[in-house]
Amino acid sequence: MENNSDDDKKTRRDFIHITSGVTFAAGAAAAAWPLIDQMNPSADVLALASIEVDLEPLQPGQSISVLWRGKPLFIRRRTEEEIAKARDIDLNILKDPQLDEDRVKNSNYLVMVGVCTHLGCVPLGQQGEYGGWYCPCHGSHYDTSGRIRKGPAPTNLEIPPYVFLDENTIKIG
Amino acid sequence: MSNIKNGKGIIGWIDYRLPIFSTLQHTLVDYPTPKNLNYWWNFGSLAGIFLMIQIITGIVLAMHYTPSVEGAFASIEHIMRDVNYGWLIRYIHMNGASFFFIVVYIHIFRGLYYGSYKSPREVLWWLGLIILLLMMATAFMGYVLPWGQMSFWGATVITNLFSAVPIVGTAVVEWLWGGFAVDNALLNRFFALHYLFPFLIVGVVILHIVALHTHGSNNPLGIDRKGPQDSIPFHPYYTIKDLFGLSFVLTIFAAVVFYAPDYLGHPDNYIPADPLKTPAHIVPEWYFLPFYAILRAIPDKLGGVIAMISAIFILFALPWLDTSKVRSATFRPIYKKFFWFLLIDVIILTWVGGSPAEGKFILIGRLATIYYFAHFIIFMPIIGIIETPRPLPNSISESVLKKTIKDRI
Repeated sequence: MENNSDDDKKTRRDFIHITSGVTFAAGAAAAAWPLIDQMNPSADVLALASIEVDLEPLQPGQSISVLWRGKPLFIRRRTEEEIAKARDIDLNILKDPQLDEDRVKNSNYLVMVGVCTHLGCVPLGQQGEYGGWYCPCHGSHYDTSGRIRKGPAPTNLEIPPYVFLDENTIKIG
Repeated sequence: MSNIKNGKGIIGWIDYRLPIFSTLQHTLVDYPTPKNLNYWWNFGSLAGIFLMIQIITGIVLAMHYTPSVEGAFASIEHIMRDVNYGWLIRYIHMNGASFFFIVVYIHIFRGLYYGSYKSPREVLWWLGLIILLLMMATAFMGYVLPWGQMSFWGATVITNLFSAVPIVGTAVVEWLWGGFAVDNALLNRFFALHYLFPFLIVGVVILHIVALHTHGSNNPLGIDRKGPQDSIPFHPYYTIKDLFGLSFVLTIFAAVVFYAPDYLGHPDNYIPADPLKTPAHIVPEWYFLPFYAILRAIPDKLGGVIAMISAIFILFALPWLDTSKVRSATFRPIYKKFFWFLLIDVIILTWVGGSPAEGKFILIGRLATIYYFAHFIIFMPIIGIIETPRPLPNSISESVLKKTIKDRI
């Protein structure tokens, strides 16, 4: 049997080394994934906590806060003035341009996640220079549509997914 | 790799200050190992790997477990149903414990057959027995955590054993319980200790490996290595053999975890613990059954406890109970037969332990218990003295070469 050249032997060994290495790495990744993924939110946390809120008692100019997915949700029945102020806007001056019409389903009710988009504090209602909300942590000002107007927050207050079940009831999440 | 020897590069820089790389090189790569080891020598590394599997899956499970009587059972179901891959991690941990014991028991029986407990490996043997005791404590506490019927009643029965101690017995049990019965206090402390003990096991395993490396591994012939011609480096020969054996065992493990994950367990543990209702047949997990049989074989409460504990402690005396100068059963015709008698006896004890303590099981259990102790206290010393061992080969190399020459003729 003829001797294979040294080069040939080296290549065959390399082949098996590389193949084993790749298979081992793939196996290690497959084994590691469940151990990492188990720390992701579990099914019960993900199960979209849906809540229903009765809006009947809300008068124009009144707000309520409800707990949704562990965070406060602001629901405000806006006055005509507030709605007008929200609509009278030049999009170019906004850091995060958005029309008020795009942020509400029924212009009378503003439904937002009450968490400042800067670093997560809860803004205070009916304060600040724009008639909306003011975050005391780092001085972000939001207007009557919950849009960021002044301060370090990068985006407008988040609008959660919700539907009107009837005139006076909404379901969030 | 050459950087470790010549001290160059990043590896060399670290190794000069903390010789971790050269230690690993010495113990896992260069380490001279007898060249005639058979597959019964795979089980040590398998045990180490199952220890790691248990620790990793255990820590992950602890992120989701609630150690209270109100929350424990529900938290296990939360893991099984809601946590991503929770069912997989739980089943791996549950069956990993069983496989850890299977592997360790085979490892121990290898030691019994080949005389691995004899000089100069007595301390190595004792460290192994300490690991076994720690494993049994860990497994017992771990089984209590799901707070099923078997968890609760197994805990009650076994902790009650301590009341057999004269005078202080009851006080000891109440101290263990932190109360007057198995309840929240016990569950909480078992969780804390169950998390701790595996790390104690890791410590003793390190000592076990250091003791092993002091004189090197035993081998199937039971004769010492005479020189470098009797050894081969651990890497690549035994690293690849261990990896091969591991792939085999992991395949079987995967088959159990994915296709029969509850087979080794008891269905009663899926019933939440009820302090007012004892199950008809309380049994521990399979790996405790032989000891359970010995416990029940003695009609006296304290006697049963002493017998059960002695069943393990007798093994500490093994290096002196076995009077033979020859290590390996390969060359010990009488001892070899008794080794198999012992194995069959332990299997019978396992069967008895899993059966109700009635009828024929009582007599069989007692006979099997008597044989177990007779084997160590009576037969082993006598056999070593009266037996004529077969002639030992001159060296490992010679024995291996002889075989190949014979085959070629």
